[in-house]
Amino acid sequence: MKLKSLLVSLGLLAGASFAQAEEPLKVGFVYVGPVGDLGWSYEHDMGRKGLEEYFGDKVKTTYVENVPEGADAERVITQLAKAGNDLIFTTSFGFMNPTVKVAKRFPKVKFEHATGYKLSKNLGTYVLRTYEGRYISGVTAGMMTKTNTIGYIGSFPIPEVIRDINAAYMGAKSVNPDVKMKIVWANTWYDPGKETDAANALMDQGVDVMLQHTDSPAPLIAAEKRGLRAIGQASDQSKFAPNAHIFSVRDNWTPYYIKEVQAVMDGTWKSQDFWGGFHDEMLTLASINPNLPKDVRAKIDATYTAIKSGEFKPFTGPIKDNKGNVAVPANHSLTDQELAQVNWYVEGITDEIPH
Amino acid sequence: MIRIQARTEPSSIMKLVSPILAIALTLIFGCILFSAIGKSPAQALHVLLIAPLADSYNIGEMFVKMGPLLLCAVGLSLCYRANMWNIGAEGQLLAGALGGSAMALYFIDSESALALPITLLAGMVSGMLWSAIPTFLKLRFNSNLILTTIMFNYIALYLLIWAVHGPLRDPQGFGFPESAMFADSTLLPTLFESSRIHLGIVFAIISAFIAWFILSKSHLGFQIRVFGADEPAARYAGFSSKKLSWFVMLFAGALAGLAGISETTGPIGQLVPNVSPGYGYSAIIVAYLGRLHPLGAIIAAMFMAVLYMGGDLAQIEMGIPVAVVSMFQGVLLFFLLACDFFINNRLAFSNQATN
Repeated sequence: MKLKSLLVSLGLLAGASFAQAEEPLKVGFVYVGPVGDLGWSYEHDMGRKGLEEYFGDKVKTTYVENVPEGADAERVITQLAKAGNDLIFTTSFGFMNPTVKVAKRFPKVKFEHATGYKLSKNLGTYVLRTYEGRYISGVTAGMMTKTNTIGYIGSFPIPEVIRDINAAYMGAKSVNPDVKMKIVWANTWYDPGKETDAANALMDQGVDVMLQHTDSPAPLIAAEKRGLRAIGQASDQSKFAPNAHIFSVRDNWTPYYIKEVQAVMDGTWKSQDFWGGFHDEMLTLASINPNLPKDVRAKIDATYTAIKSGEFKPFTGPIKDNKGNVAVPANHSLTDQELAQVNWYVEGITDEIPH
Repeated sequence: MIRIQARTEPSSIMKLVSPILAIALTLIFGCILFSAIGKSPAQALHVLLIAPLADSYNIGEMFVKMGPLLLCAVGLSLCYRANMWNIGAEGQLLAGALGGSAMALYFIDSESALALPITLLAGMVSGMLWSAIPTFLKLRFNSNLILTTIMFNYIALYLLIWAVHGPLRDPQGFGFPESAMFADSTLLPTLFESSRIHLGIVFAIISAFIAWFILSKSHLGFQIRVFGADEPAARYAGFSSKKLSWFVMLFAGALAGLAGISETTGPIGQLVPNVSPGYGYSAIIVAYLGRLHPLGAIIAAMFMAVLYMGGDLAQIEMGIPVAVVSMFQGVLLFFLLACDFFINNRLAFSNQATN
């Protein structure tokens, strides 16, 4: 009897370990928008597809799109964990507290939350150094503008956006000391109607190069109609505005998703706060317009190389805020932790952060 | 020649047959739809309609989802019985969430046993206030209640967004638009360990019975029913339309407000910009599915909750895109309401063309 049960359990064990070797790693994704938004959620889904392409049968991915950032998020994340996913990416800020709660209840499942700030043993965060792309955008806009006025559509006054506004302005100022920046807050991440209104309001005030922190191509289309210029954000938006489009700063999540899945497979995954930019190819310059003046193109390439190699960091002191205080002391580059808390405008921006 | 004729008496046969017919038609449509996208119809229908009730976690989640739908639908049923076309449950819910959450944040360091009741009361009063304004405008200036309540939905939404970006924002939240997490003293207790079912569902079911009692057992309810059936007769009988209108609107506002504050003090635990994924609008469908009967609303709310959860599960377990799921849900609701049309109407067949 004893021998028999021992044999049975040995058989079960062998079966289990065999099954483990065969079974793909299950990876779940939670998106705030539809995968067809051509912006934020679309790029995360491209990352998911890249993951499947790279690992083939060794991974099985699942996604849930259009998940509201309210009480529903916790249920969806829980159901993904219950369905046996080993690693779950929640890709919007509003999923932070639901992810924290679910991570606590499923200690064996790994969670990664994009753009948040709460970590635990099985919950990491990841975010893009979008300010790197924004600095190059600023440099380019500063060279291209004829009215010395560039525009920025802000989404929400959170550190990421404030940081990028600063980066864009510092970039523009580095090549054009007379440049001015006008800022409009759309209070949305994705609303083509509002974004169009905001772009038109800025262009009515003399703006001739548009930057935006919202995800739809609407501002580019508005610039195209007026024969002005604009820079794409999150995904390659060149086809929406072939003449206006200067380049797009594209989010590329694939390398990160591959790296993290590999780490889980190898058993080396650790909870961390990861920042990815040009260096990690998580940001790329897509579809640079071939008709740019030669000096502009050369400057774009040089700045890109300098940031990518780490030789140049946009937030290196001395930097003053627009109230005259020292924001970054000389010879210091902001650490990631400090970058996460930027809540001041750089000197020269004649505006106030809305509160 | 086929014509639509009003029945002199509602058909008692159709009352019973209508839901069965609707479900049969939906199943046929579902089979065609899911086959067309290459998924097994049997499995898809199982995941959409049965899996949400397959284990205790999911059943718990169904009650969590059902609570706010039911609270709003009960109030709306009464309003519609009295010919008050209140489309504003969404705004009243958000107002309740906003007002109540402001109170919860006031109690953030308190351990008082009164903190929760006062918070809930604040939510209900805020909801009542939000329905009182359009009611006043209608009764005093004869403004269109449908339009004013819809507009007040938007005002409530933008007030809430302003509040989470401004005065109610978490001071330690790095500027992200969310309030601090509420203190335990203002969180609704959960009914079972390891489940999110909270007191909100109890409130909802009690409210349905109260509404049923008022409607069918009280003189006030008799007046409401007469008003709905035959307004001139009600006036002739000397019933006060003003009093009834105020009663149903404030009742609905209080319940919707309670739904809102039960979401933020329940499963969410803080005030966020996305308190409601449109419960107030879905509740209109729930009210009609329940045939404007408060107890019917219980079944209807349960049904809608299952549908929503099935939508998530269909994505997780079968990779069915959310757009296809929404189409299926829309068709199901269409058939249900369309078949109900034949309770009071019938098709007349005749050989002669009508002039």
